Amino acid sequence: MLEKLLILLFASNVLAQVCMPDAPEAYKVRLSIKTALGDQAYTWNDNELYLFRATLAFAMRNYLSGQLFDVSNILVCNETERVSFWFMVKSVTNPTTLIEKQHVENAIKESRHRINSAFLLTDQTLEFLGILPTLASPFVPATPPWLIAFGVVMGVVGAGIVYFLVAAVVQRKRKKTLDEEEEAKGATENEIAGENLDGIYNTSFSDDEKVTEM
Amino acid sequence: MVSEDECADHTMSGEAKDSEERPKWDNKVQYLLTCIGFAVGLGNVWRFPYLCQVYGGGAFLIPYAIALVFEGLPLLYLELAIGQRLRAGSVGVWTSISPYMGGLGVASLFVSFLVGLFYNMILAWILWYFFHSFQSPLPWTDCPLNSNHTGYIPACEDSTPVNYFWYRETLNISANIETSGGLQWWLVLCLASAWCLVYICFIRGIETIGKAIYVTVTFPYLVLTIFLIEALTLPGADDGLVYLFTPNWETLKNPQVWLDAATQIFFSLSLAFGGLIAFSSYNPQKNNCESDALIVGCVNSFTSLYASIPIFAILGFLANENYIDCQNSNILTLTNAFNIGDENITRQNYEEWFEHLNFSDPSKVESLQLKTCDLQTFLDQSASGTGLAFIVFTEAVIKMPGSQVWSVLFFVMLFMLGLSSMFGNLEGVLTPLLDLQVIPSWIPKELLTGLICLTSFGVGLIFTLGSGNYWLEIFNSYVGSLPLLIIAFFEIISVVYIYGIKRFIEDIEWMTGKRPNLFWRINWCVISPLMLLIVFLAYVFVESETTVTYQVWNPDYVSLIKNTICILLSVFPVLSIPLVSCFHTKQNKTKKSQKNSTTSWCVLSLFGCRSYFT
Repeated sequence: MLEKLLILLFASNVLAQVCMPDAPEAYKVRLSIKTALGDQAYTWNDNELYLFRATLAFAMRNYLSGQLFDVSNILVCNETERVSFWFMVKSVTNPTTLIEKQHVENAIKESRHRINSAFLLTDQTLEFLGILPTLASPFVPATPPWLIAFGVVMGVVGAGIVYFLVAAVVQRKRKKTLDEEEEAKGATENEIAGENLDGIYNTSFSDDEKVTEM
Repeated sequence: MVSEDECADHTMSGEAKDSEERPKWDNKVQYLLTCIGFAVGLGNVWRFPYLCQVYGGGAFLIPYAIALVFEGLPLLYLELAIGQRLRAGSVGVWTSISPYMGGLGVASLFVSFLVGLFYNMILAWILWYFFHSFQSPLPWTDCPLNSNHTGYIPACEDSTPVNYFWYRETLNISANIETSGGLQWWLVLCLASAWCLVYICFIRGIETIGKAIYVTVTFPYLVLTIFLIEALTLPGADDGLVYLFTPNWETLKNPQVWLDAATQIFFSLSLAFGGLIAFSSYNPQKNNCESDALIVGCVNSFTSLYASIPIFAILGFLANENYIDCQNSNILTLTNAFNIGDENITRQNYEEWFEHLNFSDPSKVESLQLKTCDLQTFLDQSASGTGLAFIVFTEAVIKMPGSQVWSVLFFVMLFMLGLSSMFGNLEGVLTPLLDLQVIPSWIPKELLTGLICLTSFGVGLIFTLGSGNYWLEIFNSYVGSLPLLIIAFFEIISVVYIYGIKRFIEDIEWMTGKRPNLFWRINWCVISPLMLLIVFLAYVFVESETTVTYQVWNPDYVSLIKNTICILLSVFPVLSIPLVSCFHTKQNKTKKSQKNSTTSWCVLSLFGCRSYFT
């Protein structure tokens, strides 16, 4: 019974020392260096891997302040030509246990930008499978730009409409006054002309006798 | 000849009175540009290229040219000539020819009004996209983020950002036509600004329209040329052009092609709206309307062809980009699954790699579910109408360098194309109203045009609802199609058989100085009416075969109400033709002798027509 327990403990120790893909605490990382950098791509070698492990240790140190993570705490395995590999993080306080996935995720999310910059990569070219990158929220200005464009256009159009309406009103008033002037001129002419239209009554031709005598 | 006057009583004195008060064009160029602007509209850009593509490219030009020569040009010439001769809008002209045909003018009035309603809504959408083109990046580039910023909104993820922007952020479309969804305030604002822009150009009738069209008609050609030069430099443009123009002669055997060519030329020339009659009524009577008709008709068709080149170059470019994206996503899937070195698989060696991997591990390759990428499939994704402008083209624009500039140019061009067509629609409303003399003379023109715009805006608010797009599609399909065919048929019958072809030809000789030759006479008397009748019957037949439908977000939805509305919209505008005719018949019941002489004269003119080309 005791032997079985000892074997189990030994096994778990060994397991804790060796990184395994698809383990509950392991993350897969994928780098696309050529896609990101083209001609200026660097070759992936053990030194780059060492830098990666150091960056991760840096991220863990920042997240769990006080615990001094070292390169040896980051276990890496299953490297491929793609440049992808799995990693797990050993605890500082208890070297036989692994840090839980959630803590690793939070640590990486916090220092994501620093990790990316260390490798001259982006969220899309340095992928941590399972950790969704926090997308940068687009800049939202106070007034939506379309309302500004709308305001400008409507302002110009409104001014134009007002101008046309005012011009029409002014034109009509001018026409009215012109008409009135013409009428007045015409009326006075008629007065002068019509004064003697009726003529002077010439009594010599009128017959005052009411009864004709014959 | 007393009986002649019964048939068509326009008075010389009326003309004299008109020439004093009637507004007129500043010069011939204004008149031509306005007619061209009315004919050249959004359909030239987003309907003709689609038809060309769907109906076998270069082969479609044959039925199109035949329809232009035998249907479009004769009708166009007829409308311009009759308007110029009788110097009145649609109501005045048809009432002059015969009081029984007065309903034709009223029908044109209604159709112009109804079409103007939804046409300006399209302009409002164009304005919305124009206002949004002043941002970097363009708002339809990316999906909006979800609440915790880890990804995009699921509705947008399932579709594309461009689709999302159109259906959700612009239209905020409801599930079906019966769910109204309420007024969308941003669309109300855009509609208001569209009507204000139309009003300021239309405020004094042709006086202001004549100034505006110098810009609105010439600018689109400038933009089309710019787009042409840019589009030809884009990669994949040649694929699009080859696809467009490769003739597929098999399609000519399909009667649908001929029907679509005939309807396309008819609607493209904006016939039967009454707008062309109104425009030509402001001409001096001694004006060569034959050359005018030929110019307007040919420029319209040339514009359609000219516009289809950059459109298809850009569609080819887009198809190419989508094809490359499809291939790249396959490459990425394979690279990630098999952990092959980054960028070892390229589009050039993809086939070799695929065969090698499929040979070594076929089950794994199958589990990846790689997409089949075929350039032809992407090119086949044709679109017309609002889909072309607001979905396909906006997607292409974001992939072009300097997206904002192209977007602004494109939407300004569309707006101007639509604006110049709106002028024709509104003149088709204004001039008949003035002819009917229902407007008291103390109302100034500015106020009248303002009232027309305000009423149209008010009724047009229906298109700003959540279900607005459904309403618009219905209006577009049922008002802007069948009633026009009916009106045009009665137009040509009225002029040729009621007014009299002999008299009409003499009028034209008086106006232009030369007699229209045999070609025009045959067309007017026989070919064009026959073509119109065939097209009308074929159209009705085809429409009745397909169930009355409209595109809907949920394709399983069927509604009885919208069936009724569709039929009403087709029938209502043309009801006035028989109504007015009946009204006048009742009035003239006592004057039996006059009626007899009228019918006998009409029969005589029928014989007169026949004698003309034998």
